[in-house]
Amino acid sequence: MPTVSVGRDRLFEALGRTYTQEEFEELCFDFGVELDDVTTEKAVIRKEKHLEEEAGEDEEVIYKIEVPANRYDLLCLEGLAQALRIFMGLDEIPKYIVSNIPSESLLKMHVKPETSLIRPYVVCAVLRGVTFDEARYNSFIDLQDRLHQNICRRRTLVAIGTHDLDAIEGPFTYEALPPTDINFVPLKQVKSFRADELMEFYKTDLKLKKFLHIIEKSPVFPVIYDRNRTVLSLPPIINGAHSAISLQTKNVFIECTATDLTKAKIVLNIMVTMFSVYCERKFHVEPVEVVYSDGKSNVLPDLSVFNLEVPLSYITGSIGVSLDLNQVSSLLNKMQLQAERSVSVDGRSIVVSVPPTRSDVLHACDVMEDVAIAYGFNKIPKRKPVSLKPVALNQISDLIRLEIAMNGFTEVLTWILCSYKENFSMLNRKDDKSTAVIIGNPRSTDFEIVRTSLMSGILKTVGHNKDHPKPIKIFEVGDISVLDETKDVGAKNQRQLAALYCGANSGFELIHCLVDRIMEVVGTPFVPIGDDKGYYIRRSNVSFHFTLHFLCCCYLLRVWSCHTYNLAC
Amino acid sequence: MAEDAILGFLEKNEKIADSGKFASNIGIDHNEIVNVIKSLHGFRLVDAEDIKREKWVLTDEGKSYTVAGSPEVQLFLAVPPEGISREELQKKVDPSVYKIGCSQAIKNKWLEMGKAQVSRKVQQVEDQVKDLLLRIQDGEVHAVDQGDIDALKKRKLIALQTWKSYSLTKGPNYAPKRKKVATDLTREHLQRGDWKDLEFKEYNFSAKGQPAEGGHLHPLLKVRKQLQMIFLQMGFEEMPTNNFVESSFWNFDALFQPQQHPARDSHDTFFLQVPSTTKKLPEDYVERVKRVHESGGYGSRGYGYDWKREEANKNLLRTHTTAVSSRMLYLLAQKPFAPKKYFSIDRVFRNEAVDRTHLAEFHQIEGLVCDRGLTLGDLIGVLHDFFSRLGMSKLRFKPAYNPYTEPSMEIFSYHEGFKKWVEIGNSGMFRPEMLLPMGLPEDVRVIAWGLSLERPTMILYGIDNIRDLFGHKVDLSLIKRNPICRLGVD
Repeated sequence: MPTVSVGRDRLFEALGRTYTQEEFEELCFDFGVELDDVTTEKAVIRKEKHLEEEAGEDEEVIYKIEVPANRYDLLCLEGLAQALRIFMGLDEIPKYIVSNIPSESLLKMHVKPETSLIRPYVVCAVLRGVTFDEARYNSFIDLQDRLHQNICRRRTLVAIGTHDLDAIEGPFTYEALPPTDINFVPLKQVKSFRADELMEFYKTDLKLKKFLHIIEKSPVFPVIYDRNRTVLSLPPIINGAHSAISLQTKNVFIECTATDLTKAKIVLNIMVTMFSVYCERKFHVEPVEVVYSDGKSNVLPDLSVFNLEVPLSYITGSIGVSLDLNQVSSLLNKMQLQAERSVSVDGRSIVVSVPPTRSDVLHACDVMEDVAIAYGFNKIPKRKPVSLKPVALNQISDLIRLEIAMNGFTEVLTWILCSYKENFSMLNRKDDKSTAVIIGNPRSTDFEIVRTSLMSGILKTVGHNKDHPKPIKIFEVGDISVLDETKDVGAKNQRQLAALYCGANSGFELIHCLVDRIMEVVGTPFVPIGDDKGYYIRRSNVSFHFTLHFLCCCYLLRVWSCHTYNLAC
Repeated sequence: MAEDAILGFLEKNEKIADSGKFASNIGIDHNEIVNVIKSLHGFRLVDAEDIKREKWVLTDEGKSYTVAGSPEVQLFLAVPPEGISREELQKKVDPSVYKIGCSQAIKNKWLEMGKAQVSRKVQQVEDQVKDLLLRIQDGEVHAVDQGDIDALKKRKLIALQTWKSYSLTKGPNYAPKRKKVATDLTREHLQRGDWKDLEFKEYNFSAKGQPAEGGHLHPLLKVRKQLQMIFLQMGFEEMPTNNFVESSFWNFDALFQPQQHPARDSHDTFFLQVPSTTKKLPEDYVERVKRVHESGGYGSRGYGYDWKREEANKNLLRTHTTAVSSRMLYLLAQKPFAPKKYFSIDRVFRNEAVDRTHLAEFHQIEGLVCDRGLTLGDLIGVLHDFFSRLGMSKLRFKPAYNPYTEPSMEIFSYHEGFKKWVEIGNSGMFRPEMLLPMGLPEDVRVIAWGLSLERPTMILYGIDNIRDLFGHKVDLSLIKRNPICRLGVD
């Protein structure tokens, strides 16, 4: 996105008030530009030269503002201030007027057929009675630079030349000549150069050398002359020194040569609309007739508005808010688009007048967007889409299961129901009568009780896999039930995790490292015993020996805040 | 042996007051005793308390004087009562004795050192230095006064030695004979049945366990998995994105991105040498795209330039997965219309300078909804739903420009840590100039959004250099330590 640097104080003056940086950022955000950086000219120089000086207090603050790449009308302070003033409702939309000049008094630009070999198009206009001061003059030059960088694609598509009209005399000719036939004093130089020598000369010029390739290899170079054979410019490289504009210039002649006519017209329109604000007759622009060798001619600029008919339903239906015609019209006015009720049959459409400054408006959807921006994106009520949400506990269980599997453990899935003996005495545990959910009508002793730990199931699995090669490393993540008076049914489930190692030795260190690993992936730090900011392991009083003679330890672990996992091995 | 001596002594006595003395009494090197004490203390058979002591010992020079006498006395005795010439005296004693003896004897005013003749000033002397050194050697330091100690230290005849020993009492696990403890339970113990009587070494829970061995997944892909889940939960269907090579047509032209657009410059996009161009495009559709670029239609003015087929044919590495979206929407338009929700997360390529936050390739996350009568309200709603599942529920939207969406909204989220709004993605409603040439019905709208996978991942894990997350320079231990990704899990 292009960035425009403007003096803060000048901008605030143009906006008619001052803002705090936060207020200005809010305004930018709502309008769709962005305050990218706040700096000063001296700070920029200091940065370039890597100087460490302190900033002085009197330095002029510069706002660097990022603007959308298709809004060429925001590339200068004049356009930016105008757009923001209209957005805030301070100004009316300006009406640009092409002065009515009798055709015999029109300035003329004659195009020679050879130009089609290199750069076939030219469009021109005149600004009369301009009052420049230093700031306006700089802004005028900067706008040309920015247009050259952006829409003009580094002058390949369009190149702009601006001239002091009082130093030259029409009619003008746009020609393409062999470089050796062109001689003139270029801008910022005092001696005359032949065009081919000039090209050589500019090969060391940091700014201009980038543009030489556009015409360098061509047998003919484009050039513009006035009636006295004074060279106005050698597009797209450099203007002549003779017609250079200055602070004293009153009448400005603007020419845009191009390989793309549409873009040339857009560029010309931006130049004249932005700076006609400083004309004696505000927003008036004098046209120039471009006459081609085949006799065809064009009077430009074309500052007419482009009318677009947009159904109200399209706008409201796309944005998702209900607005009537008047509301839509006033919102569009804030975006510099004049809107009127259409005279078509149903009267439910608006006719939008797109001014010549708004070449970005191509389609009704662009109008719709401006309505949405003026309404405020952040005021549009959101529509909640239908969607699904799985249970968080299941998701986190899945994630942990995956981690354990990655640690070389194999998952098992065992029964919830087991015998009373298996759940207690065989694990050397006593029934405190306040833990287990017990079944009233078991068909067999295998289904007497809802497990209160995963131990019995995982041990039974080993018991039935005695012939499996050692070591055996298995785990299970699953629910147990415990009694809970606070629940309507008097019991609740708890998700537990158990892992087991069976081999030639106790394998304690393998289970220990699995515990560490799980704690690591859930982001729980290892802490000293008794500290509640992480996990620690302490000896448990629960010990159980049974037929398989396993030495078992049981750990109670504090895991993340919302769920307590029990891990047993 | 040392162990038996200690445990045996403590069986009959209350205490070993000083392990140093104990060692010399039983004639065992003290270092050996100390090792045994540490082991017994570890198993709590004895309780040991440190004793730190300091002791004056004789230096080698000091030791030699206890035998031969101090040099000043040696020198005095070498001088006969009638006196002696310097030369004679020098011949009679050792040079070092002469040198040190002279200065001390003069200081003590024992001898008169004339230019030629040396004579006695006193008749008799006592060798105090030798006496003091002998006393210190015998451990009778208390009988030597501080001034003498300092003087001897100054003459480097004695030095201070620090000495660590222990005082020992019975510990809680005291037994006259130590039982061997097992460090682990083994199959042999179980087979022999001796585990019942075994004493096991206590586990050390203050240390971490052995490092776990096992595989690990890549952090970025863990985040991708969660995002996939989020999309699936929101009812989105995954688009096939396994085609890095794309034509400019599908990547740009089909999206109504004009051919002079800066993104289509070689310094933004990787174009291909081989295969350099696309062979086949749907011709009738290409014709409609050309028309809409050049002169508009479908209610549009168009861009008003000469659209070139060669530009569209140029191959590239896709700069966004929206290239796939344009293919999918085109296919959708070839059938009777049915609403769709699509997503993809895959690699895209930008010909950009690599720095802390940019790589030439990254993963783009893209979601789109295609249905009749969609509004900006739907887009805002779906974005709130999506991002709140990523833990970003405070959103706001800024108008922006994008060639293929209108309206276009940049998505900002308030970052509680940074205390500011950060841009997290882009969104918009696809332009009619893109959708209508495909053949989609006029009332069908498409809302879409995109973001990179890397950026939220970096914010999530506090990584500030993208190369620490993605690519061959990533630290493997970072991958191993990476926690599970809980995006989308409350």
